[in-house]
Amino acid sequence: MAETTLATTPSASQEAVPQQGTWLAALTGRLVIIIPYAWLLILFLVPFLIVFKISLSQTAIAMPPYSPTFDLAGGISGLWESFREFSFDNYLWLTEDPLYFNAYVSSVVIAAISTFFALLIGFPIAYGMARAPATVRPLLLMLVILPFWTSFLIRVYAWIGILKPEGLLNQFLIWTGLIDQPLIILNTHSAIFIGIVYSYLPFMVLPLYSALEKMDYSLIEAAQDLGCPPISAFWKITFPLAMPGIVAGCLLVFIPATGEFVIPDLLGGSQTLMIGKTLWNEFFSNRDWPVSSAVAVILLLMLVVPMMFFQQAQAKAQEQGR
Amino acid sequence: MRKAIGLATATTLASIFAFSAFAQDKVVNVYNWSDYIDDSILEDFTKETGIKVVYDVFDSNEILETKLLAGGTGYDVVVPTGAFLARQIQAGVFQKLDKAKLPNISNMWDVVATQTAKYDPDNAYSVNYMWGTTGIGYNVKKIQDVLGIDKIDSWKIVFDPESMKKLNECGVYMLDAPQEIIPTALAFLGLNPDSRDPAEITKAEELLLAIRPYVRKFHSSEYINALANGDICLAVGWSGDVFQARDRAAEADQGVEIAYVIPSEGAEMWFDQLAIPADAKHVDEAHAFINYIMKPEVAAKASNYVFYANGNKASQALLDKEVLDDPAIYPDEATMAKLFITLPYDPKTQRLITRSWTKIVSGQ
Repeated sequence: MAETTLATTPSASQEAVPQQGTWLAALTGRLVIIIPYAWLLILFLVPFLIVFKISLSQTAIAMPPYSPTFDLAGGISGLWESFREFSFDNYLWLTEDPLYFNAYVSSVVIAAISTFFALLIGFPIAYGMARAPATVRPLLLMLVILPFWTSFLIRVYAWIGILKPEGLLNQFLIWTGLIDQPLIILNTHSAIFIGIVYSYLPFMVLPLYSALEKMDYSLIEAAQDLGCPPISAFWKITFPLAMPGIVAGCLLVFIPATGEFVIPDLLGGSQTLMIGKTLWNEFFSNRDWPVSSAVAVILLLMLVVPMMFFQQAQAKAQEQGR
Repeated sequence: MRKAIGLATATTLASIFAFSAFAQDKVVNVYNWSDYIDDSILEDFTKETGIKVVYDVFDSNEILETKLLAGGTGYDVVVPTGAFLARQIQAGVFQKLDKAKLPNISNMWDVVATQTAKYDPDNAYSVNYMWGTTGIGYNVKKIQDVLGIDKIDSWKIVFDPESMKKLNECGVYMLDAPQEIIPTALAFLGLNPDSRDPAEITKAEELLLAIRPYVRKFHSSEYINALANGDICLAVGWSGDVFQARDRAAEADQGVEIAYVIPSEGAEMWFDQLAIPADAKHVDEAHAFINYIMKPEVAAKASNYVFYANGNKASQALLDKEVLDDPAIYPDEATMAKLFITLPYDPKTQRLITRSWTKIVSGQ
């Protein structure tokens, strides 16, 4: 369905609109809205419902390893029987063992700290890019995107080579004489922060850049003319104007970092407890698809619900501002 | 998992190849462990039979099992380890082998077949590819420096906090595989390695918690490189992996010497089995492939390459001396008697083991 709308939309908007006027324009407008909704429905809502359904079932030694599975052969009554076997036991199980709660909390804390550092490093970069001469900006933008040309996995592996006790960083520091014993960074929390900040920095820089680039810098000149010191000019003008970029950047870093699995697995030590690893254990080691689905559903709710509240609050604030 | 991402792309590519191979109908899709075969075996097989091999690799039983349980993998031959195989048979993942199509089965070694029958009664669903042990790999020079001993022969080195404290500075890795480490700890305590008694599992947990602070990392493949590079001085790992590290270290010629030992208290023995999924599309070709692997010269070639023992008696005459005469690969009878196997856990014990393991590795 999504494909057909994709195919018809451009032609409709190009040809029909000037000739037939508002009626077709309205239809095109609606089609344009349908595409993202169809996208969300097929790639987000349907998979979510499947996961939710599995989270209500029980494990079994079978293919697939849970029961009940929907079997249309049983007819309506068969489906009804399957429905009655569903239960929320798996969600109760998650509350019984503090492991899950601790894993959620530790993931959120790790993601929050990483997001903070990404903002701290990303903001000056984005600011510098936005204030650079217009001719250089495309090049700078290119440089930010360039790392994506190498596989994410390989770049994380490269950090092992940099951070390990005999790695490049330690060799360099010992050579400069700053330290005489190698620093143990790899397999610690610090390595995870470094990995996450490095990997997600472009997602922070790009929205910040787009917000800062649109900013009217004569406002700062005006502030300075009126005797405002640079630091308070930053907090009074630049920072509020960059707010949409900061929010977008932080969400783009925080959300994937919370569920991150590869970086803690490769760079972190065994003692790092993150929800991605817990989910992996449930799914692969325990073969408990229902419990791991329940973990995934809770993780999703944890990320989506606060965001919805946040968006609502923002919409309200905007209305009041007007 | 980590490699899952890389594997996912590899699988996608493989399935594209599989598609294009449909045109020439004679094809077999093999899913085996990474670094686990001499590539020339695959080429020779195609030359001899005209059957094209689409070869794809995995690096953990869990990944394989998840794919098999989801179904529709498109693979015709897969290589799970014993305990996983047993559970998968129960779940209905595999089809029975047609022994009439496997005349080379007469080459197999009864000693191994009796063991594998514990997972797969009558060996109805599988034949052995390779087998090995879970023991200790170590850096000879570093162990000499730190502990003042020439060779390790007991699990005491690993399970005694005092010696682990000394090894802490030069680095110890351990497999991130509870079904290997917990039975080993049980065996060291003199208990039944295959115990399902929660009280005994708790004892193993306590033993492991005491040495936990001195283990730098729990991981199931990174120790190969870490040992070979001299980054660590000891790893509890799989025999063949340690031999790979030994060879890499020898090639690099940086003065790192790696040794592997099956400690005197015994070690866990595991078996990687060739089996055919129930939904395989090329059943005849799969049998032809398995039959080909059971040829003595092919099995010998495979073992000479990967440094694992195989379950093929007839191949032993053709093995390199350094493989057959290495007691770490083909243990002598006294050592053989001390090796133990573990059967698959029921879901409840599995949960207990996984939970206990999480506590050990993460302190939670």
